[in-house]
Amino acid sequence: MKNTYTKSEAISWPVPNYWDGLALILVLAVLVVMIMGTGEMAGHYQIGQAIPISLKPSALPYYALLSVTRMLIALMCSLIFTFTIGTLAAKNKQAERIIIPIIDVLQSVPILGYLSFTVIGFLALFHGSMLGPECACIFVIFTSQVWNMTLSFYQSLRTVPEDLKEATTIFRLSAWQTFWRLEVPFAMPGLLWNAMLSMSGSWVYLVASEAITVANHNITLPGIGSYIALAISHANKTAMVYAIVAMFIVIFMYDQLLFRPLVAWSEKFKAEEDASEIVSQSWVLNLFQRATFFQFIGSLFSKLGDSIINIKLLRKQYKPTSDFQNPALLKLLFVAWNIVLYGIILFSVSVLFHFIFSAVSIMQIQHVAFLGLITAMRVISMIILSSIIWIPIGVWIGLNPKASQIVQPIAQFLAAFPVNLLFPVAALLILHFNLNVNIWTSPLMILGTQWYILFNVIAGTIALPNNLKMAVQTLNVHGWLWWKKLILPGIFPYYITGVITAAGGAWNISILSEAVNWGSTHLHATGLGAYITHVTHIGDFPRIALGITIMSLYVLCINRLVWRPLYKIAESKFQIR
Amino acid sequence: MRHHNTILEVINVKKSFRKKASSELLVLDHVNFDIKEREIVAILGKSGSGKSTLLRIIAGLVKTTAGEVRFRGNKITEPVDGLTMIFQHFALLPWLTVLENVELGLEARGILKAERRDRALEAIDIVGLDGFESAYPKELSGGMSQRVGFARALVVDPEVLLMDEPFSALDVLTAENLRSDLINIWQSEKTNIKAVIIVTHNIEEAALLADRIFVFANDPGFIRKELTVDIPHPRNDQSNQFRTIVDQIYTLMTTPIGVPIAQRAMTFKTIDMYYRLPQVEISSLTGFIETLASPEYANRKVGLPDLAEELHFEIDDLFPMTEALEILRFAYVLQGDIELTEKGKLFSEADILTRKKIFSEHLMSYVPIISYIREQLDQETKHEELENTFFKELEKKLSKQSAEEVLKIVIDWGRYAEIFAYDYNTGMLSLENP
Repeated sequence: MKNTYTKSEAISWPVPNYWDGLALILVLAVLVVMIMGTGEMAGHYQIGQAIPISLKPSALPYYALLSVTRMLIALMCSLIFTFTIGTLAAKNKQAERIIIPIIDVLQSVPILGYLSFTVIGFLALFHGSMLGPECACIFVIFTSQVWNMTLSFYQSLRTVPEDLKEATTIFRLSAWQTFWRLEVPFAMPGLLWNAMLSMSGSWVYLVASEAITVANHNITLPGIGSYIALAISHANKTAMVYAIVAMFIVIFMYDQLLFRPLVAWSEKFKAEEDASEIVSQSWVLNLFQRATFFQFIGSLFSKLGDSIINIKLLRKQYKPTSDFQNPALLKLLFVAWNIVLYGIILFSVSVLFHFIFSAVSIMQIQHVAFLGLITAMRVISMIILSSIIWIPIGVWIGLNPKASQIVQPIAQFLAAFPVNLLFPVAALLILHFNLNVNIWTSPLMILGTQWYILFNVIAGTIALPNNLKMAVQTLNVHGWLWWKKLILPGIFPYYITGVITAAGGAWNISILSEAVNWGSTHLHATGLGAYITHVTHIGDFPRIALGITIMSLYVLCINRLVWRPLYKIAESKFQIR
Repeated sequence: MRHHNTILEVINVKKSFRKKASSELLVLDHVNFDIKEREIVAILGKSGSGKSTLLRIIAGLVKTTAGEVRFRGNKITEPVDGLTMIFQHFALLPWLTVLENVELGLEARGILKAERRDRALEAIDIVGLDGFESAYPKELSGGMSQRVGFARALVVDPEVLLMDEPFSALDVLTAENLRSDLINIWQSEKTNIKAVIIVTHNIEEAALLADRIFVFANDPGFIRKELTVDIPHPRNDQSNQFRTIVDQIYTLMTTPIGVPIAQRAMTFKTIDMYYRLPQVEISSLTGFIETLASPEYANRKVGLPDLAEELHFEIDDLFPMTEALEILRFAYVLQGDIELTEKGKLFSEADILTRKKIFSEHLMSYVPIISYIREQLDQETKHEELENTFFKELEKKLSKQSAEEVLKIVIDWGRYAEIFAYDYNTGMLSLENP
């Protein structure tokens, strides 16, 4: 589907088989082991000296720079992970069978949930140096960016056209040369798009993970997120405004200097020009391509790239013609791999059993599952609410080319803005009007991700072929019939991809949005998100593990039972070819 | 003709693809031939006859199941210097410029940038693309893209040029233009090319270019007949000598294997349930029958080469059509001529509903898979069955792709003839009509 504003998590997945079950057990067991393990360590680690955060506005540019650096380091890590693990999954059948289901489970795990144990884990690893929380923060951002990038890359590698592969083989490019000349460029548009959306989505987690409270210890890293946290705890409204303005500027620069140029640049890698598509434009890219100075820098880069791609060591060697493979050895390797795999699985099952039957009680599990149900209801009702609001508006915008030219970049921009900056504002309002916390914190979870619904509805309406619209017009179809027979089926595939992304985001945000603070007031709604926040605060590690496990299961089940079947229907029935 | 050295040998090549379980799908069997220096050889066959697979085996892209290919006496197991290929859909990397695309093969060999550039520019010059060095493939027309394909192949200085339907993705005029350029390059001896092997399904193309033509048979593919074309270039496609060869090939390709060509008796094609039915849509089939019944062609035998030319058909359009008509017994083909049967004439004169009735009768009598499906549906208590059931049945003897194609066309024909109904959403075949 072209032009959908969504990450690669909405893709047609293979039919679930027992590998999915194995992956689920494996991931959950590893999570439980790690969380419980850090729980054991919790008493022994030492927190490094706290770095004082200043609320002076003059400190903000420096903080912003630090935050952006963390973001870029995480992106680099994501790229490296994508190029290695994504390639492995695409090339090796054995690896693929386990990697892809694992990634599927991992992208259902709430990102902010495991912040607690990563912080403590890294603290222990770096013996109390500030590098610990630094790494933990980068790790969290990394996990919020990487899965859809890897999936996108994996999918692209698997769809490289056969004749292009044959061409590179016949001209005897080595595996290394083929990777950089064929596979990476082919995957580039999808990968860049996903990387940029990942970055947009991860500002929230950046802001949230720079200042956290684990087991009653406040750990802060110098950055825009800590600035905000401090402003909140001091109930300092002016500082809050400064932070919001600074964030606006950062996101604006990211949008103009990185997002747009890169997406416009990736046009070059698309195999064919599609007339229906609006070609992305970027003034920065134009500057780079036209100014002599930048051209010079560009040519330097391409020379460097050329020499890396054509390193002599990695060129195709004339190997003596013996493709001798020992079938017995291969068989042995295969058996050994399976034994190791099933050994790990068996171990995982026993860990989970131990966890469920001794570390937590059945009562607790029931209680947390009930909280999950409440959060699930919240997510679904918010999706419905925002659909009711944004579908008509999105369709109207989509039908007006001028309006969509204005709205699309704004929606993209807003999708990147970390909404948790606005949560204190909501807290103030709730306090001021004395509103019901359970109801009025709900909209917060969809605040940041609703734009995915709007954007995709707009894209779907634009993608409707003009001759269809006209044909329906000549038949005098109006009103509800027009919605029912033309618009709603037409935008359905786009809408569903938007909803999948929005819902995934909402679950993650619930950890923040169900527990909002302002100064000394803490507003906690009833829900799984608030539960996870609470147990993280007090450092109750078995319950952190329980909360994360239950939330992952909810997300996974809803994905499997609701979104993917709907996506399948959208793909097969409502796709306009 | 002077005696030349053998440059390439194809010895007893067999290729089968393993399907699931133990069954195998044989695509090539007992393929033997030699290629000599200074000759162009065409491998001619219908689609799906395994000719492209054979070319890939020669190129070292695909491994044989048995037998071997030798290039200058050395067995080919992977792509080697001296052999290169030109692709049907050009296979240019869209993110590289024309120049970079042409340089690709040299880059792989580790040739330095300056030399790479010189040699690439020279090759671009030969194919007449100067001025387009910095263009991206998406800016180029099909003809120009294939010229880049030529240049990319020429630049690595090959001895044998393998061409996989190189002109079939181009329009008629462009294809003609490129063919004559190919012959010019071949005759100019500016290059080191010793032999050309071209895979094609275009009879005239084979006769225009090749010194020898291997006519391929289907299922499994093997060389059914070898023809020598001893006409100097440039060839006149209206000359008697040329037309004789074209007629000869048409006759060969429309006569079932095992039937002596001279046999006069009229025989219809009888097929079994797993026959790979030709992919012909009802509307084009009807249109073709109407054409044959039109005053211009009515009541006489029509030569297939003439028909192909007048309708602008290639054999991949024409042969499935004639085959379908033969299977349904609306026409018979003999010695490269086609004529409608009485039923065929009746069909052409009937109205829509009568046509459906005639078509339905013929399908039930002559297409076993249709009558099989109908029987199954009749026996079922609810008179419905998933298409997957029949797909599995077909897959017993066909590849996955062929089974899909056959089932698709069977559903298409069966629905038109109202033998059964089909629901896209559930994939259910049934007897009830909505």
